[in-house]
Amino acid sequence: MLVEECMKTEVITLHPDATIETALKLLHKHHIRHIPIVDDDNKVIGIVSDRDVRDASPSIFENDSQPEELQNAISSIMTSPVTTVHPLDFVEEVASIFYEQEIACVPVTRNNVLVGIITEKDMLYTLIQLTGTHVQSSQIEVKVINKPGILPQVTQVFGKRKVNISSVLIYPYKPDPNYKIIVVRIQTMNPLPTIDDLKEAGYEVLWPKMPGMTT
Amino acid sequence: MAENARDDNMSCPSGFVFSNDFTSYRFRDDHPFNQMRVILAKELLEAAGALHEQHFIQPRIATEQELALAHSPTYIEAVKKASQGRLSEEDGLEYGIGTEDTPMFKGMHEASSLLVGGTLAAIDAVMEGEVEHALNLGGGLHHGFERKASGFCIYNDGAVGIKYLREKYDVKVLYVDTDAHHGDGVQWAFYDDPNVCTFSIHETGRYLFPGTGNVNERGLKEGYGYSFNLPIDAFTEDDSFLHLYESAFREIVDYFQPDVIVTQNGADAHFLDPLTHLCSTMKIFERIPKLAHELAHQYCNGKWIALGGGGYDIWRVVPRAWAQIWKVMNDDVAFEGPLPEEWLRKWSKESPVSLPNDWHDPEDSYKPIPRKSEITEKNAQVLEKALQLIPNHKRMNGSF
Repeated sequence: MLVEECMKTEVITLHPDATIETALKLLHKHHIRHIPIVDDDNKVIGIVSDRDVRDASPSIFENDSQPEELQNAISSIMTSPVTTVHPLDFVEEVASIFYEQEIACVPVTRNNVLVGIITEKDMLYTLIQLTGTHVQSSQIEVKVINKPGILPQVTQVFGKRKVNISSVLIYPYKPDPNYKIIVVRIQTMNPLPTIDDLKEAGYEVLWPKMPGMTT
Repeated sequence: MAENARDDNMSCPSGFVFSNDFTSYRFRDDHPFNQMRVILAKELLEAAGALHEQHFIQPRIATEQELALAHSPTYIEAVKKASQGRLSEEDGLEYGIGTEDTPMFKGMHEASSLLVGGTLAAIDAVMEGEVEHALNLGGGLHHGFERKASGFCIYNDGAVGIKYLREKYDVKVLYVDTDAHHGDGVQWAFYDDPNVCTFSIHETGRYLFPGTGNVNERGLKEGYGYSFNLPIDAFTEDDSFLHLYESAFREIVDYFQPDVIVTQNGADAHFLDPLTHLCSTMKIFERIPKLAHELAHQYCNGKWIALGGGGYDIWRVVPRAWAQIWKVMNDDVAFEGPLPEEWLRKWSKESPVSLPNDWHDPEDSYKPIPRKSEITEKNAQVLEKALQLIPNHKRMNGSF
């Protein structure tokens, strides 16, 4: 999935001359945690997080109602240069950036001009879509030998019935690298016929396991 | 609490909604949803001498106007077309009609409208004071959506019924769903409504359909805090199930103070049920209606409407489970001992599996569950999370 498909395009930004106080108010008002700082051409020159702003604010234990600190320019505390991504990057790459750089937000730019923003939350939302858990479905896990051509063979079994697949994930099988686990979410309340088909075709279905019955 | 408030000889006037036409709701011969269950339960009650002519309430056919309380007119049109075989496969898919779960069948609109009408008849009988409680085993189709059929359900009689209760009688409704699957259709229909509180206990959606019913689904806007979910682990057994059900039901009813209780009594949490992975026995199906009965008297002047629901072992599980609802509804005492011979004689010939002899399941019916203590502990945490927003939760919890 591309960044442009999951980014937000309405971005709250600030000019470098704006005060820290303005930033603080914006963060509260919009329930956001990051503000890109842009110049007159809407080019990203920095970014501030709610933590940067809080670090620059006086302690809540001080009673000064008009603290001077908050009148400083936002440019004095912004992070620069900024890690940005392109609308045509993959979300997987964004996930790696978040993980490696330990950040939670990147502005999206085209020709250096800000066109969107993607946050940890957008990332998680996309992940939920990818796992398919947001639509009504049942989950089936099949353990298969790790070899070319196995996925189409397995999905062919699913294709026998009028059951829509809402997602397919492939997990490594930790105890033995020669195997993989294919996790399929199908839009049915009755996965039994499909499970029977899979078993008949010789596949090992890990779940759903039947409860231990005596009969 | 009020456990002993009602004496053992009590007898509550109750109504049993029934029509042989309930079986016209049939997708296909090999489809797991089979309303033959209702006939098996009814005959079991008759053979046990607990159900008589004067108890019956005739279901009516819900009007299109009534269906529209919870369904969009375009969806109703699509079902009507499918009912006459005039809906194309492609057009059906948009509405969830013609899938493996809800295939099209001739007369599906009429058959589904009758199940909804059964629930409306049960509601009217209770609200007009003709009976204290009423049971419609043909209803409880909780997966029906506003414009989509799913999970074996076409029209959602529970959702239509609750909207009907709101409009016609202006009462606060507590909906309690003990089906092993999440009661999603009813939950979403009232997600932003503070006058309808939904409470569903079900197997976790990690593997099982529909996948929703997480603890953090608590409602939206004004309805926030009026949706409760207890997703329990696969292989949960009687004690843990009942601990969660009882604690949650008592706290929720006290917090919400409903005028009427509607229960959905799916019988698919049993260890024999082929579609789910819970491990309860008949014990929970005696206790579930008993608590609903007690709390309906304590909080709602007895106003209680019970519906059927899921249940896919139609021979060994559903008839016994559903007969207990009716028995408890009438005199608060569950059946015990052997099943009536007359019923066994008649149906053992038809049943593909050997029928149980007793109302209870024997002690060692299934192999011991190895992860029992872990499951119990995890479920207890789910209970704690589900109730944490109730203002008096801590205090109430201490009193148990």
